[in-house]
Amino acid sequence: MSKKLSRRQFLTYTLGSTAGFLGAGMLFPMVRFAVDPALKKGQGGNFIDVNLPLSEVTDKPRSVQFKVHKKDGWYSFDEVLTAWVLRDKGKIIALSPICKHLGCTVSWEANPQYPNTFFCPCHFGRYTKDGTNIPGTPPPKPLDRYETKEANGKLLIGPLMQT
Amino acid sequence: MLRAIYDWVDERLDITPLWRDVADHEVPEHVNPAHHFSAFIYCFGGLTFFVVVIQILSGMFLAMYYVPDIINAHASVKFLQNEVAMGAIVRGMHHWGASVAIVMLFLHTLRVFFTGSYKHPREFNWVVGMLIFFVMLGLGFTGYLLPWDNKAYFATKVGVQIAASVPYLGPYIATFLQGGDIVGAQTIARFFALHVFFFPAALLALLGAHFILIRRQGISGPL
Repeated sequence: MSKKLSRRQFLTYTLGSTAGFLGAGMLFPMVRFAVDPALKKGQGGNFIDVNLPLSEVTDKPRSVQFKVHKKDGWYSFDEVLTAWVLRDKGKIIALSPICKHLGCTVSWEANPQYPNTFFCPCHFGRYTKDGTNIPGTPPPKPLDRYETKEANGKLLIGPLMQT
Repeated sequence: MLRAIYDWVDERLDITPLWRDVADHEVPEHVNPAHHFSAFIYCFGGLTFFVVVIQILSGMFLAMYYVPDIINAHASVKFLQNEVAMGAIVRGMHHWGASVAIVMLFLHTLRVFFTGSYKHPREFNWVVGMLIFFVMLGLGFTGYLLPWDNKAYFATKVGVQIAASVPYLGPYIATFLQGGDIVGAQTIARFFALHVFFFPAALLALLGAHFILIRRQGISGPL
């Protein structure tokens, strides 16, 4: 190929890039529109008063239910979430009950065979009191934790912690 | 790079004759605006097709958010228009494009009429074109209901009542269009089905016929 650009090639490139520019101008809004959910910032971040005096949070995990307002596109609703709240070495932690194996729901001492653990009935996954998965059981990771706050002697639960 | 990919595919599938057959054809001087600017009137058919392509594309993307249901239709349109990025643009393309398509189609029809291009041997292609015209009107009519706002609702009520005034068959046509006794849940479901499946399929088939005929018969001669 010679170094000089032929007239035909110049016209091909010019027309091609003009067409590409116009086509991109047409397609860009549509593609941006389609991928918007992937680019949107996650919602949430509100802390909810779960109506539990701090004095009632003890070393023994207790399940606390609270309502979160969720917006799903044009549909919004109140979702009831559960957290296992306990004091671990003086620090309050709120564990999500969603098993890290395959998403079933764990409960504290749900199986009398395994005292002092969170137990998942689906595949017998177990976690210690602070949510750490017990090796040799299916879950690969510790239970997720909710962010917590204390205000006026009451417990507030926020979004899941990002790990 | 692109050239190499093309050659690799072409060597195996021999695709060059396919697009050559579509792309390589004489454009007579009297329809080329580069020769006579007034020949731009011959562009309206192609422009109609271009707008139809935009309608199909933008419609496909709108369908990612829209639901055809009396409770959620309007809420989903409001959401995709106001809360999704570029929603106003994508919906705007579909909304205004619908009108532009009808205008372009009408200008194309006028050009064909006043240049006498509908005459033998092209009379059958005029008939195909008229069928395309009715399908486009059908697309406009069914699409108008889908946002499920007041304008949509009452426009459809009026349209259905016009259809109901046909002698003898009217009431049956109205019931068929509504899918029941009223413009309601069943109407929006079937208008959606007509708008995104039945009419586009008919339109593509007719456009195929329209283009094959114009290639077989060639562009009509100068005035």
